[in-house]
Amino acid sequence: MNSFAQRFSSSGPIAQLAKARGTLADDDDDFSDAVWGSEAGFGNVAKGIPTFTVPSIPDPTSFLQLHTDDHADPSCRIKIQHGTTTLAFRFKGGVIVAVDSRATAGSYIASGTVKKVIEINPYLLGTMAGGAADCQYWETYLGMHCRLHELRNKERISVSAASKFLSNLVYSYKGMGLSMGTMICGWDKTGPAIFYVDSDGTRLKGDLFSVGSGSTFAYGVLDQGYHWDLTDAEAQELGRRSIYAAGHRDAFSGNTVNLYHVKENGWEFIGNYDVNALHYDGPGDVAGSPGHGYGYSVRTEGISSANPPTSSA
Amino acid sequence: MDYNGGSVIAMLGKDCVAIAADLRLGNQALGISADFQRVFPITDRIYLGLPGLATDVATLYERFRFRVNMYTIKEGREIEPETFAHLVSSTLYERRFGPYFVEPVMAGISRTPTGKIKPFIAATDLIGCLNFAKDFVVAGTASQKLYGVAEGLWEPDLEPEDLFETISQTMLNAVDRDAFSGWGAVVHVITKDKVVTRTLKGRMD
Repeated sequence: MNSFAQRFSSSGPIAQLAKARGTLADDDDDFSDAVWGSEAGFGNVAKGIPTFTVPSIPDPTSFLQLHTDDHADPSCRIKIQHGTTTLAFRFKGGVIVAVDSRATAGSYIASGTVKKVIEINPYLLGTMAGGAADCQYWETYLGMHCRLHELRNKERISVSAASKFLSNLVYSYKGMGLSMGTMICGWDKTGPAIFYVDSDGTRLKGDLFSVGSGSTFAYGVLDQGYHWDLTDAEAQELGRRSIYAAGHRDAFSGNTVNLYHVKENGWEFIGNYDVNALHYDGPGDVAGSPGHGYGYSVRTEGISSANPPTSSA
Repeated sequence: MDYNGGSVIAMLGKDCVAIAADLRLGNQALGISADFQRVFPITDRIYLGLPGLATDVATLYERFRFRVNMYTIKEGREIEPETFAHLVSSTLYERRFGPYFVEPVMAGISRTPTGKIKPFIAATDLIGCLNFAKDFVVAGTASQKLYGVAEGLWEPDLEPEDLFETISQTMLNAVDRDAFSGWGAVVHVITKDKVVTRTLKGRMD
């Protein structure tokens, strides 16, 4: 009976406890959240929507446009990971996603082990072309919102909705130097789906895309071998072979191929293949393997006098 | 210099020299050929590497061939490596204000008046500034990477077999960090009485 009175009295144990809590809380306020290490590891997302500092001048957008990379003006750039080959295609067995792993800074090969497929969640994959940090950050952020959508609506977000969230988001930064060309791939109620989203704000639905400096080479192989009724093994081989073609011919693509297959129950990582090994020996003992190297000189060795058997011995 | 890509390195050993070059010919980012020879024999004992713009590589090789032939006829003897280096230098300086986009690298073995042999390497920039080094010389799109690897691997007085291994590993590993070089390599090891030429398999990306 007294519990009600106790709750609202200014003396007594409960009030004292509340007071103590209050003092503790006040003490806590002497330290900003930043003391706990970059907002407890949540960075600028801790407050809900991310915030960014921009150059403190009247018109930051035009300033950024002047000094940040865009394809119209190659002379000035802040960052940028340019060369890349990425592809994704839809077929009866799901979606194949394949990418290379090279990062270049000018002619310097800065890395050969870049992960250009971003695992947004178990059903969604994003590919990376353009600014590595931009793709990584915003696609991870997209993953956060996809989870929130699941919690709010008790169902998984569609690939269409996820990609539209991303395209609307990058559009709000248009002209400020974001650089990304990405494919959002997944499987939802409607089946397998791919959306191409780039930092200009373009968003396209389609069966087959390739993005990056090596995309033309990949398209060449892809278009030649693509049809809807590919088996899983054939489709995986086509993705692998297409990225190899780009890695071989394009100076800014190569090193290794990362292959993913999105099926009804989420994506599966198929494998990592060295482009050089693919050239000389092929992918090895895997589904769809031709059992020999992909390289033209390897395949044609010894069948004409122009390429005698001893040439590569 | 980035238009066609390509790199060359030459190294000094004990009574031997080696010169290595990659085999890529590109058109900017597009790889065109994996069989482009940019190292040429000038005499039995002198090899010349020409990294740079492919059209100038072809033109200059022919000009050098012409001038070396004229020298041989007039002098009635083979040109010495040091003399050839100066011939390269003056040929390039003739185009001081409209240069050939090529950075020649030379390797050879010269004979001293006493009959002893002296290994020789040299390089010039695109307008003919000579650089006679006592260890190694590099040129081409991967030159910075070649410097780095060569500084780490090279040591004095290497025997021909060890020099071959050193220059091969240097070339192969340097071009793997360069987007415009690679697609295989060729190595020539020059000793007093023979030249051993080997083609190396390289990464094909």
